[in-house]
Amino acid sequence: MTEATKFWVIHRIVLAAIGISILVCCAIFLRWDWLPDYYSIILKGLWLTLWLLVASVAIGFALALPVGLVQVTGPKPLAVLARGFCNIIRGTPLLLQLWLLYYGLGSLFSTMPEIRGSAMWPYLRQAWPYALLCLTMSFVAYEAEVMRGAFLGVPKGELEAARAFGFSEWQVFRKVWLPRAIQRALPTLGGEVVLQLKATPLVATITVIDVYGAFSKVRQDTFLTYEPLLLLALVYMLFAGLLVLFFRYLENRVPSKQA
Amino acid sequence: MDTVTSLFESLQLLALSPPGWGGNLLRGLLHTLEIAIGGYSLGLAIGLMGACGKLYGGVVVRDCLACYTTMVRAVPELILILLLYYAGTDLINQLMFWMGRDAVDIDGLIAGIFVIGFVQGAYSTEVIRGAIQAIPQGQLEAAKAYGLSFWQSLRKVTLPAMLPYAIPGLANLWLIATKDTALLAVVGFSELTLETRQAAGSTKHYMLFYCAAGVLYLMVTLISNRLISRIENWSRRGFAKEQ
Repeated sequence: MTEATKFWVIHRIVLAAIGISILVCCAIFLRWDWLPDYYSIILKGLWLTLWLLVASVAIGFALALPVGLVQVTGPKPLAVLARGFCNIIRGTPLLLQLWLLYYGLGSLFSTMPEIRGSAMWPYLRQAWPYALLCLTMSFVAYEAEVMRGAFLGVPKGELEAARAFGFSEWQVFRKVWLPRAIQRALPTLGGEVVLQLKATPLVATITVIDVYGAFSKVRQDTFLTYEPLLLLALVYMLFAGLLVLFFRYLENRVPSKQA
Repeated sequence: MDTVTSLFESLQLLALSPPGWGGNLLRGLLHTLEIAIGGYSLGLAIGLMGACGKLYGGVVVRDCLACYTTMVRAVPELILILLLYYAGTDLINQLMFWMGRDAVDIDGLIAGIFVIGFVQGAYSTEVIRGAIQAIPQGQLEAAKAYGLSFWQSLRKVTLPAMLPYAIPGLANLWLIATKDTALLAVVGFSELTLETRQAAGSTKHYMLFYCAAGVLYLMVTLISNRLISRIENWSRRGFAKEQ
């Protein structure tokens, strides 16, 4: 049997048929007439979710490199500081951090005339900077932990070989240590980004209208419970699936001899 | 001097008895721990059954379990919690209606445990499945050679032998469970995060209360880490020490 026929054995066809009939039942018997009215706000929310995800992952990854590195080779005080930061962020719920930043810092800022007078105030009055800051910090903490392991995991011999070739410490880092560490961390990076995607709907609790917030608005307006939530779950599933495919593609492009 | 007295005054808000809110926070922490322990245990039970089903079950069981673990791990916990919370209570009320009884009010604690357990089950299925697969094949074959039945070898060889491989993953899941309980605040269950929000909202001391709650969560994590490393050492007894 070829791969394709192995995949489509009888019970799979039956299961797929059951799955499709459930989907069709959902499409026919549930109410979907609200969709045309709300699709623009949903698309806007989707865009915001994507934007928050990409921005927090990009900034977070860039910051995770130094935070992970100083835990491996850095001076003691910096290492302790980085370690403490990771433990605090990873030891408390993201929802609590979000509310601490938004309500706590927000209420603190509004009592300080210097900040209210500054050029940053129009931004600090909105919710999204807090959401982005919080998501980024959480990504830094989790990813730094991964990078710490990846930096440690690069075989000593490779670094020594680079030094033997007369590379300076910076060259060793840039040309050998960092690329090898990133190559090692890449498989877990995909998983971390999916986890980050699943963390983004929390920002809706501080009034940022991401895709979850858009569907919450639908739920409040139409008093429907299941339809928006089911569609939302489907949206996130597709999103996560695309991310997994993207990272698989990325991983295949990075040459690796260990495979 | 002024700031010191005002700091002291605001710290008094954390007193255990009213007008302090410390008691509320501790009650919230208790609820959080109850849900985390209940949900985690339920998740472990689901995970054990799921892992056995994935490894030894028939083709249909395996495909259904694959759907369960993939879907639950792809959808944000917040949405799963909302869906299961509403769908679960709706289903039970429908059942009650068909049986001719009045609608019941589902206890928030039970609903929370069920929801967290369902989500955790998907993750622990994967952890336990991986751990069982990591057992050296010879040990399982030895069990067969001794003539142990399937259940005997599961109980006496497979489960104890998988523990050292499963415990790091399961420990991670426990930490996730304690943090996931915070999401129940969104459906209005008064665990630590929601109690904190109420306390902060009514006193306007946001920083103080959120930091206090953060310290409580952090203490749970740190104490758990201590216990976990003990359990890990215990489960790895008899293993060769790593260099």
